[in-house]
Amino acid sequence: MQKIRKFEQAAEQLFLEGKLPGFIHLYIGEEAIAAGVMATLNKNDYITSTHRGHGHMIAKGGDINLMMAELFGKTTGYCKGKGGSMHIADFSVGVLGANGVVGGGLPIAIGAGLGIKIKETSQVAIAFFGDGAANTGAFHESLNFASIFRLPVVFINENNQYASTAKKQETTSVENISDRAISYSIPGVTIDGNNVLAVYEAAKEAVERARDKGGPTLIEAKTYRLKGHFVGDPTKYREQTEVNNFWGKEPINIFEKQLINWEILNQKEINNINERLDNQILEAIKFAENSPEPLPEEALTDLFVDDTGYDY
Amino acid sequence: MKTITFSEALGEAILEEMQRDDTIFTYGEDIAKQGGIFGAYKSLLGKFPNRIFDTPISEEAIYGSALGAALVGMRPMVEFHFSDFLFTGIQSITLQIEKIRYMTGGQGKLHLLLRGPDGVSNSAAAQHSESIETIFMHIPGIKIIIPSTPYDIKGMIKTSLRSDDPIICFEHKSLYSQKGEVPEEEYLIPLGKADIKKEGKDITVVTISRMVHESLKAANELVKDGIDLEIIDLRTLLPWDKETVIKSVQKTNRLIIAHETWRRAGWGAEIASTIQEEAFDSLDAPIIRIGAYNVPMPFSSVLQNFVTPDKQNIITAAKKMMGEM
Repeated sequence: MQKIRKFEQAAEQLFLEGKLPGFIHLYIGEEAIAAGVMATLNKNDYITSTHRGHGHMIAKGGDINLMMAELFGKTTGYCKGKGGSMHIADFSVGVLGANGVVGGGLPIAIGAGLGIKIKETSQVAIAFFGDGAANTGAFHESLNFASIFRLPVVFINENNQYASTAKKQETTSVENISDRAISYSIPGVTIDGNNVLAVYEAAKEAVERARDKGGPTLIEAKTYRLKGHFVGDPTKYREQTEVNNFWGKEPINIFEKQLINWEILNQKEINNINERLDNQILEAIKFAENSPEPLPEEALTDLFVDDTGYDY
Repeated sequence: MKTITFSEALGEAILEEMQRDDTIFTYGEDIAKQGGIFGAYKSLLGKFPNRIFDTPISEEAIYGSALGAALVGMRPMVEFHFSDFLFTGIQSITLQIEKIRYMTGGQGKLHLLLRGPDGVSNSAAAQHSESIETIFMHIPGIKIIIPSTPYDIKGMIKTSLRSDDPIICFEHKSLYSQKGEVPEEEYLIPLGKADIKKEGKDITVVTISRMVHESLKAANELVKDGIDLEIIDLRTLLPWDKETVIKSVQKTNRLIIAHETWRRAGWGAEIASTIQEEAFDSLDAPIIRIGAYNVPMPFSSVLQNFVTPDKQNIITAAKKMMGEM
């Protein structure tokens, strides 16, 4: 969680300094969901991510040097500078891509589930998506599809209360997004997405059910987007008092206190972890800044496996 | 050689490849129990129950799931019900399938095949008659094949099911019942290679799909007028066989491009532009493009026949080009 937080804080700072191009969507405040879910998975399990995907990537085992280089658009980045923040992927650790289309990852995840089912392995596929995506056709098609074929897929709704600038209450017909599970005859549960242990427990149950051919589950993890939709968002659609209130409920502080109370970690150990992570982030930034820009002609690579299709 | 229908040849290709490679699976609407609305799966009924199945009418999920399945090592083949319904799931194709390899810096192989019927049939009207191949030629990221004979569909589908890139295949509804010769032994047809259906000296006609057959009919009728057409079936639209077309134009010095899709901004414009850029000195006459009138396909057969190009458009264009009209 803390690694995600520090990566995101660094990305925010670098963007505000004008060092990063494009759009950056921060996962700050939502870290417990990625951390809790990914703790239940194996390296060969699959996930599809969202436009707010840095946290999923880090929690699934992504390399932050390659991530940071991609944010800079450098040739050493995960996508060689062709994707950027919204399209980071690492198929080798099972991340089938962040996705710039709201709801875009859901059909891909059920496809991974179909592949797993036909190959008869015990892998699972996780689809992360936001409260906005729960109102797309892709969501409804994918849940129905996964249900009728009993696919080994777990749908993780990260309900951070806002679809871009639109409040969830004003755009969504149900109180709890998990209520929609009943339409697809699959289990649905709403949990506190800021409680990493609650996320872990719910995900573990759903992942085990999926591995045991018990079909898909919809988990709604309620959280809050502490930053704007993107870095630079003027956030005119909500009050600062609301944001301040949720800073008091953010997941990392809560979990740190628990770990200290339970005498699992002491403050000195937490400081050591933070120092180690700070150094890793600095290293990632250094790696990215020292990496070369792509050559212009590299735009004409990676379209097809046989490297054709650029001219006619 | 044996004589079989386009549908049967397609079914043979699918069966042979599924027997050879157990990562191939195929799904879509009305295929497993019904055999496909145009019968492509009839010879497969009851075979591979785990690898041939019907889906709900959920096109965005169907096309997007093909991408996910390819990324986990499978070779999905999806039948789209009608080409028109590519639009109901279009984001999964144009925003996902066509982009994910490129935007992830070349990670992963998207060995997937989308295929199904397109084109005009008897009064199917505006939402079941479209030819929309140009759109996929315009947006980079998927290869396009459009076979016109049983021989070609079998060889090109087999090749496509062994390719590591995403491919979309359009099959004209009027072709499924057409018969043709297919070898008994296994064969593959490389993508990107045109087929010269008829050699000729006066005018090159570049075409695909149903219009190949209309062009051949036109060529027969034009014999009495002393006009000798060379008919090139591109078969693959992306990448199209530029070398074969240029070589032909250098011989005939005249070019007609004939397609069923709308004339305005149809793929014929791309071919015409390329040829005038690269073989301008070989041209003795302006290039003529033949395509449908720029309206949605009407229902009445009178109206449909007026809008849809056929052999007569080619005959008229050829005579005009040779200065006989």
